[in-house]
Amino acid sequence: MPKQLLKGNVAIAEAAVRAGCQAYFGYPITPQTELLEHMALRMPELGRAFLQAESEVAAVNMVYGAATTGVRVMTSSSSPGISLMQEGFSYMAGSEVPAVVVDVMRGGPGLSNILPSQGDYFQVTKSAGHGDFHPIVLAPSTVQEAIDLTVLAFDLAEKYRTLVFVVADGTIGQMMEPAELPPMQPVPESRPDWALTGARGRPRNINTSIYLGAREMEEANIRLQEKLRRITANEIRYAEQEVDDAEVIVVAFGTAARVAQTAVQRLRKEGLPVGLFRPITLWPFPEERLAQLSEQEATKRFIVVEMNAGQMLLDVRASVGRKFPVHFHGRMGGVVPLPNEVEQEIRALFALDDNHKMQMTMEGSNGNRRH
Amino acid sequence: MAIADIEFDAKLEKIVYQRPASLDDVHTHYCPGCTHGTAHRLVAEVLDELELRERTILVASVGCSVFAYNYFNVDACEAPHGRAPAMATGIKRVNPDNIVFTYQGDGDLASIGMGEIVHAASRGEQITVIFINNAIYGMTGGQMAPTTLIGQKTTSSPLGRTLEMAGEPIRIAELLAPLPGVAYSVRRSLHDARHVLQAKKAITAAFQAQLQGLGFSIVELLSSCPTNWGMTPVEALGWLNDNMIPAFPLGVFRDVTKREA
Repeated sequence: MPKQLLKGNVAIAEAAVRAGCQAYFGYPITPQTELLEHMALRMPELGRAFLQAESEVAAVNMVYGAATTGVRVMTSSSSPGISLMQEGFSYMAGSEVPAVVVDVMRGGPGLSNILPSQGDYFQVTKSAGHGDFHPIVLAPSTVQEAIDLTVLAFDLAEKYRTLVFVVADGTIGQMMEPAELPPMQPVPESRPDWALTGARGRPRNINTSIYLGAREMEEANIRLQEKLRRITANEIRYAEQEVDDAEVIVVAFGTAARVAQTAVQRLRKEGLPVGLFRPITLWPFPEERLAQLSEQEATKRFIVVEMNAGQMLLDVRASVGRKFPVHFHGRMGGVVPLPNEVEQEIRALFALDDNHKMQMTMEGSNGNRRH
Repeated sequence: MAIADIEFDAKLEKIVYQRPASLDDVHTHYCPGCTHGTAHRLVAEVLDELELRERTILVASVGCSVFAYNYFNVDACEAPHGRAPAMATGIKRVNPDNIVFTYQGDGDLASIGMGEIVHAASRGEQITVIFINNAIYGMTGGQMAPTTLIGQKTTSSPLGRTLEMAGEPIRIAELLAPLPGVAYSVRRSLHDARHVLQAKKAITAAFQAQLQGLGFSIVELLSSCPTNWGMTPVEALGWLNDNMIPAFPLGVFRDVTKREA
């Protein structure tokens, strides 16, 4: 398939269609609305279900209903809408149905604005609803990756009977880039054996998230936790750029990673040993790999760059321990950091180490590499 | 004469009353005298008679009927509070050949789920709603519902519901009836045998409306809650007759099934 110039939101929608999405339920909200609009045209022409719900609360429960029948189903929204959908997310996690959710993140808290942000990191990775669960969270940093991860999202959702989030931000949603769409997959013919289809010639299927007894409910939780462990063991994804000899490693996802990449490339040209680590799964988080990197001989510092006040920062700190230096640069409220400012932040870190080296040389001390 | 000596010829008999196949053979958790059991049985009889059991998907709701899926012998799920019409919409849109019904109480449908029910009705979703109105929140222990009568004492209106504080009780069957997507909207009562038979006829018509693809159908059933009303079962049925029926008149508020026939 040749590359086309595609807007992120449209690309995600068309990727979902081609991944065999059988039903879409959503509600308009900027900056994801083109996704819903594309589905409004494409799904009916393919004889698939599309419905503009009366609210995000209704949309997510329509998704929940369709998901109990074992079809490929998705919704999309942006931050305030995702907050409203949390009820449904928790029920879907509790009753173990697969569904794909796209969050094209915008500013927060409150109504805020429609500009790009990564302020939903906590919400999607840690608190997508009440109770102990995590969706799989995939974070693309290009339109092409948004397409690829959307297709992957449907496969993972089915494989684990879980929620999978694709978290883009306003930049990726609204940006046009050349990208290649996947081939059209046929819609699955059959339904899984747990699906609600009518109890014809078999005992009835029940889909529920209620377990009244404490022990029963704990058992259900244990089963969920086992699944989450399986996901953690098998599904962690990340990308690296020149980290092997890097003294400073930038950790960033999505659009922030893209900005950081430019800064890293510029500084590398100048010969500064800097690298980029980009988590693709925000949950499960690649903590083992980050811990390994912190133990590399060369690595002195991490700097986390985010479009929020420091949310992934906590996961990075948890991965490498309290004593390893982890710095942070974040912009909020819809401000996208520029490569220049990230570059400056990284330079300042090298200056810190240079000053330290000079000081140690003058004192004739070996010091501690990670002081 | 020993029992073994009695000759019995089953062929001579005709079974006139038995547990419907659409109900499972289990004890329910409902309180003594509660009319949920009657409503369950009526729905199950209708599913049997229309031969819908193997095609049906139930969406249970939050409230006393939260475990309805344990009692109906059909595929079933359990919706978040008030969201059953949205879940049913999602199911019916991907499984148009299934018969989809929600079973909701008045707190669930008329309070927290008012948005979902109105929009599902307005869209003319091809679903059937069994709406149990007992003028109170049962499961949480007898709080004021949107259907609680003026003057009725509940744990959250201990001095009686007042017009000033909470307005008039909401009449759902009348409220939904004018929406163009609604094929059938009716209110019936479960307080005596005659009314129970009428209720069954309405439930049959509601499922038939769905079978014929005529649109959204709802049967509101006035029900008793002796436990939270603080009455004996018999007193409760009398109270329903004397107090609820004047506030919630029985009737057919919309019926396009006859028009189409």
